Amino acid sequence: MPSFDYAAPTSLAEAVKLMGSSGTVRAFAGGTDLIDQLKTNRRNADLVIDLKRIPELQKLEMGSDGLHIGAARSCSDVHHDATVNRLYGGLADATGLVGSVQIQNRAAVGGNVCNAAPSGDTTPNLLTHEAVAVITGPSGTRKIELADFFVGPGQTVLQSGEILQELILPKPPESSASAYLRFIPRNEMDIAVAGVSSFIHVDPATKTVRKARIALASVAPTPVRARGAESVLEGKVITEALIASAGDAAVESATPITDVRGSAEYRRELVRVLTRRTLSICLERIGISL
Amino acid sequence: MDLTVNGERHNLQVDRERSLLSVLRNELELTGTKYGCGEGNCGACTVLIDGEPSQSCITSASAAAGREVTTIEGLERDGELHPVQQAFAEHSAFQCGYCTPGFIISTVGLLSRKPDPTDAEIRSGLNGNICRCGAYTRIIRAVKSAAAGAEGNAK
Repeated sequence: MPSFDYAAPTSLAEAVKLMGSSGTVRAFAGGTDLIDQLKTNRRNADLVIDLKRIPELQKLEMGSDGLHIGAARSCSDVHHDATVNRLYGGLADATGLVGSVQIQNRAAVGGNVCNAAPSGDTTPNLLTHEAVAVITGPSGTRKIELADFFVGPGQTVLQSGEILQELILPKPPESSASAYLRFIPRNEMDIAVAGVSSFIHVDPATKTVRKARIALASVAPTPVRARGAESVLEGKVITEALIASAGDAAVESATPITDVRGSAEYRRELVRVLTRRTLSICLERIGISL
Repeated sequence: MDLTVNGERHNLQVDRERSLLSVLRNELELTGTKYGCGEGNCGACTVLIDGEPSQSCITSASAAAGREVTTIEGLERDGELHPVQQAFAEHSAFQCGYCTPGFIISTVGLLSRKPDPTDAEIRSGLNGNICRCGAYTRIIRAVKSAAAGAEGNAK
C-alpha cells in the first residue's frame, strides 16, 4: 500500500483544519471503501483523516427537525436502532445489507453517501426520506438536499476542505413506511445489480396515496429519484394495478449501463419488479391490505 | 500508540497507517489472525474491536488504539478453550483451518448479540466469513451447539 500520513482528530474544528492541509487529503469514517481503494491504487492520498472519534459525527438522535445521523455512525448502530426500525424501515433494511456484518460494524452511513457509488445501498432510502446533508468546511456550515449531493460516480458536491457532518431525516408522518430491496446474485459482499427504495404515505381510511418517494441505485451515474413513478401514485387510491403502473413508470427514470453485473435491459426489468415489491412491503408495514 | 489486545496494553512505535492485522501479526506475534484477501471480503482477519467483529486488514492500527481488541488468542481462559472454540473442535468445523479463527471470532460476536440464533441468523451473522473448503454445514452445527451449551450453562 502506498504510504500516507494519518490523523484521527477528536473535534470537528480540528478535522476541518486538517482537511485544509496541503496535498491530497481524504477523510473516512470506517475506511472499508477508502482503505481498499488506496491499497489498489484506485484513489490516492497524502493525508488520510479518520473521522470516527469526533463526537458530533457519532450522533444518532431524534430532534425537532427529524432524525440526526452523524456521518461517522456505523451501519450496525443504525441497523439496530429502535427509532430507525420503527420510523425508517427502509434504512434498517439497507444498513443490514451493506457488505457483511464486519463491514457494517466499521462502515458508516455517511461514508456510504460520500463514497458516492451509484450502487450505494443506503442512499436510495435516504433520498426517499428527503434527507438533508449538513456540510461543514472552512467557511462554516451549509445544508443541502441530499438529492443535490451527487455529481457522478464517486463524485459529490463536497468542496476541498469540506466534511459531511450529518444527515437529517425529517420525521415521517403516521401511516407511512419505507422499504429497500436490491438484487445481487449472492446475498452478501456483492454490489447491487439494481436497488430500489420506496416511501409511501397512505390515508388509512380512503387508501389514497398522499405522498410517494421512489429512488433507484445502480441504474444511473448517481442515485436517482423516480419522479415519474411518484406522480403516478400520488393522489390515487392504491391498488395492485396502480403499483404495477408505478413499477412501469420507474423504469423510465433508469438509464442503466450494461456491465459485468448485468445488462441494461435486465436492470430495467429489475427496477420494475423491485419498485412493485418495495411498495407492497411499505403497505404491509403500514398495515394496509389491498 | 497504545493498543490494548486481549486485555494487555502495548505501547508501540509503528507507522500510524499500518493495518491492525499487520501490527497484530508482525509486532505482537499474534499469528492466529490470518491474512486472506486483504480487502475486507473473506473474513479470515476478523477480530473483535469493542466486542464487534471487524476486519483487521482494512482497519488501521490507529483506529483500534484506545479500544479493546480481542483476537483468537484471547478467547481461552486459564488453559480452557472458549466454548465456541470447543464446539468448533468437537464438530470438526473445518478442513484446512485457515478461516477458522475468523469464523470463531465472528461467532463470538454473533452470540453476544443473539445468544440463541436460528439457522438463518447464523448464516447472516457469519456472512462476512468465507470457508473455501466448504465446511459450512459443520460450522453451523458448531455454532448451534455452542449456543445451546451457553444456554444450558445459564440455566
